[in-house]
Amino acid sequence: MLDKVIFYFFAGIAVGGAVLTVTRRNAVHSAIFLITSLLATAGIFLQLRAEFLFIVQIILYVGGIMVLFVFVIMLVNLDVAVRQIQFARQKWVALVIALALAAQVGLMLWSSAKMPGQGLPVLTAAPANQLPLNSEEVAKSLFDSYLLPFEIASVLLLVAMIGAVVMAKKRT
Amino acid sequence: MQPASQATLEFLKLYWAPLLCGLAVVAVLPLIAGYVVLVERKIMADMQARLGPMRVGPHGLLQPIADAVKLLIKEDVIPDSADKLVFWLAPVLSVGAALLSLAGLAIGPAFQIAQDINIGILFVVGISAMGIFGIVLGGWASNSHYSLMGALRSSAQLVSYETAAGMALVSGLLFAGTLNIKSIVEAQREQGMWFVILAPVAFFTYLVASIAETNRAPFDLPEAESELVAGYMTEFSGFRWSLYFLAEYTNMIVVASVATTLFLGGWLRPFASVRWLDFLDFVPPLLMIAVGAYCVLRVPKQPSRMQQWFMLAVAGLCIALALVLAMPVIAPVLKASLREAAKPFFAGIHGGFWFLLKVSAYIYLFMWLRFTLPRYRFDQLMRLGWHFLIPLSIINVLLVGVAMIAGAYFHLHGWWLLLATTPAALVALVAALLILAAEKQSETRPDRAVPSDFYAG
Amino acid sequence: MKAVSETVPATKGKTALSIETTSDHKTLLGADELIINMGPQHPSTHGVLRVKLKLDGERVIGSECVIGYLHRGVEKIAENRTYQQFAPYVDRMDYVAAVSNGLGYCEAVEKLLMAEAPPRARVIRTILTELQRIASHLLWLGTHALDIGALTPLFYCFREREEILKIFEKYCGARLTTHAFRIGGLQYEAYDTLEKDVERFCKDFESRIVEYEDLLTQNRIWLGRTKGVGILTAEEAIAFGVTGPVLRASGVKWDIRKAMPYAAYDQYKFEIPVGTTGDTYDRYLVRMEEMRQSRLICLQAIENIPSGPILAKVGKVLKPPPGEVYHAIEAPKGELGYYVVSDGTIQPYRVRIRPPSFVNLQAFDRMVRGHLVADVVAIIGTLDIVLGEVDR
Repeated sequence: MLDKVIFYFFAGIAVGGAVLTVTRRNAVHSAIFLITSLLATAGIFLQLRAEFLFIVQIILYVGGIMVLFVFVIMLVNLDVAVRQIQFARQKWVALVIALALAAQVGLMLWSSAKMPGQGLPVLTAAPANQLPLNSEEVAKSLFDSYLLPFEIASVLLLVAMIGAVVMAKKRT
Repeated sequence: MQPASQATLEFLKLYWAPLLCGLAVVAVLPLIAGYVVLVERKIMADMQARLGPMRVGPHGLLQPIADAVKLLIKEDVIPDSADKLVFWLAPVLSVGAALLSLAGLAIGPAFQIAQDINIGILFVVGISAMGIFGIVLGGWASNSHYSLMGALRSSAQLVSYETAAGMALVSGLLFAGTLNIKSIVEAQREQGMWFVILAPVAFFTYLVASIAETNRAPFDLPEAESELVAGYMTEFSGFRWSLYFLAEYTNMIVVASVATTLFLGGWLRPFASVRWLDFLDFVPPLLMIAVGAYCVLRVPKQPSRMQQWFMLAVAGLCIALALVLAMPVIAPVLKASLREAAKPFFAGIHGGFWFLLKVSAYIYLFMWLRFTLPRYRFDQLMRLGWHFLIPLSIINVLLVGVAMIAGAYFHLHGWWLLLATTPAALVALVAALLILAAEKQSETRPDRAVPSDFYAG
Repeated sequence: MKAVSETVPATKGKTALSIETTSDHKTLLGADELIINMGPQHPSTHGVLRVKLKLDGERVIGSECVIGYLHRGVEKIAENRTYQQFAPYVDRMDYVAAVSNGLGYCEAVEKLLMAEAPPRARVIRTILTELQRIASHLLWLGTHALDIGALTPLFYCFREREEILKIFEKYCGARLTTHAFRIGGLQYEAYDTLEKDVERFCKDFESRIVEYEDLLTQNRIWLGRTKGVGILTAEEAIAFGVTGPVLRASGVKWDIRKAMPYAAYDQYKFEIPVGTTGDTYDRYLVRMEEMRQSRLICLQAIENIPSGPILAKVGKVLKPPPGEVYHAIEAPKGELGYYVVSDGTIQPYRVRIRPPSFVNLQAFDRMVRGHLVADVVAIIGTLDIVLGEVDR
């Protein structure tokens, strides 16, 4: 029971935060609500006993990426952007596509409720002390099974960093 | 409302203890932070050949209460063009992040609000990183150019030194093998020595990075008074400012606790697993007796009757604390049946004492550095972080990893592991000196290419 | 939030040195050049100095000092006071080193009167002036270090300065605006323990200077904040008319105490410290060494204070013959000059004061270009200006 309440609590904040992110005019307010939404997602991770993902979401996504977002928002002059019409000319197309997606997902959920075992798989949570430690599982998979993709991702990040530094140097 | 109340009951049944502890800490921490400020002012005064606050209460001991009252009754000034939501939110974020990260720390083997978190240290570090938003949004909300610049500089500094601090922690964690706070301290007990001996370069890197993380001198340019006023805190007055202040001192306590847990042995006494040094268990009560004796000796020198009684009261308090601390060492001798029942309680008291002693020493080091060293200019600060600390910490992780592999290969345990880690530390030291020497070569000079005509005008 | 492009309202009829707001030069991030205003109320401008800085990002590309906030019309007042009545006014100019101001003025008027202070008065004047030089440099060191972030040297410096001010108080009753000298010599005889006090101070002072140097001279952060900051070459210094420790740090060996000796300076042996690069660190070293040399002068002077009268026979009513004189002394901040024109009456016709800080401040723009905003405070501090002197 408590699990359900906590889940709906986090999920509600996540969805609400997302909605507020796209509807605010002030860019900094949008960023704040995006942070709220990300924190709620981290909470859902924690509920799924994925504590490493939870803390990495906070450190990297909220504490790193969002900080840089906010930096850029504050350094760049956004007066021009605010005065432009938001959601220009895309309203109706976006609405149609969103309704189509919602219909698909709704159909999936309804059919799996109707036909148990043939729709989406139903997972039950294992007791916490029987689960392997999340950090160690992630580490094992990163350095064991997925070592090559991990290294490739690191090289990609390094390339991106070098590119950013080169582009940021002033031409003197 | 059945499910809601049922869920609440379930929640309370599971988590009443941490909730209560958390509430207690949140209620008490402002007072503690206030007294840390008083201690800082007294230490500052001592280093500056003066006395510090003496008027409010005996020896200025009621100064924090007076300051708190003043801050609370001050008018809440909000700049006209400030963003109200963000203006309210910024100090709350700072304080919230700082207080929440306190929850993951273990002051003794028994005192931990959020018990047994798998990702203990990572949790503390990650949540305290959220405090950056409090600074950035605070600078933004003031709608003043100087505040914004100060805020952006401060947060750039924090983000830069976070990497170095994290890498330094990783070096220490390589020895611990786990992120769980209690397990880290237990690992140090098993190892027989604190991790600072095994990874001194990591400790030093974490020390410097944590000074920058908490915006303390010599890295306090963003909030210095002689620079463009007070940076991101300029427009906040009264209670909001005190929230920022509280966040800063709580952050200091948090980084000191993290360093103590990972490097200084947490709540272990020095040489915790060496049996013949067990007499060191007597150090806490003897220390408190020494302090009490000093207070008694100073009684005749007090100027007034009231202050003499006050000194005697302080001495009495110290002696009482000494008795409490002496019980764990004396009781086992007296009554064997009591021993097992009271063991965790006693371990908690002694553990708490050692932990607080180490945290205090770390914070004293912070204060000492603040009053001795001038301030780094911002570009020098960033240069130090990116060009020196981050390379050094990464090199150190590599070297410590190599040392650990060598240790495992040669089956070195306990003190023998030093054979592997000391060369690693020396190589890291040499690397540090080389980086510093290379830095000296390439110091930025201001471009004097801009000519000016002396005889104009 | 709107980008701040100008925080200073444009004024018409600008002088050649004023800054124009240019919005057509965009920096890399699209931000305009920024003009920010420091002061006149600012914790680090050492008085009511207003500095307009033109910034490109963090770098200063131009500056203008707006002075006059402390102008009190001292020179005009001089035209309506007798020579003795004007003497207390000069203390209030460089209020940090009042004794030197008084020395310059009294000696200038003595030159007009073609009188000379008796030897005993000259020696005691030298002792007090050198003590005042130490006090002024101590204040400079404390505040300069405080601006750069070192919180502690200020209190140590003030501890020593307190000793000097106690000596002044015992001598003439005042600590800060002392009016210690009179035209023609001294009014007060040296009190009985003056030599002992000065000797005790000088004996303690050596270890204190070592204390300050331990904190700062080899400190990596101090070196980083002061080396290479605010460089003024020797040619620039001479072209701007800069004098005092700023000139000497740039490499020019010029000290009026040696070049055109006054009071009793020709009797004592002391060195003139000279720097090499003319940056803030050199100015720091020069002033530290000057404190040591002043201490040596004091020690030499108290060994042998001649006996005799302390006031020359200039009479109660001073009516110098018509004429003009320019007399300059080496004040702690630089060359302090008095140009006194007499028309034969009891009031001077004109007293023009050449304050060292006013002339040194001209070099500020040259010194600050290309530096970061955080260096501006260090450069203002290293010039050692006192606004009372700049504005008069």
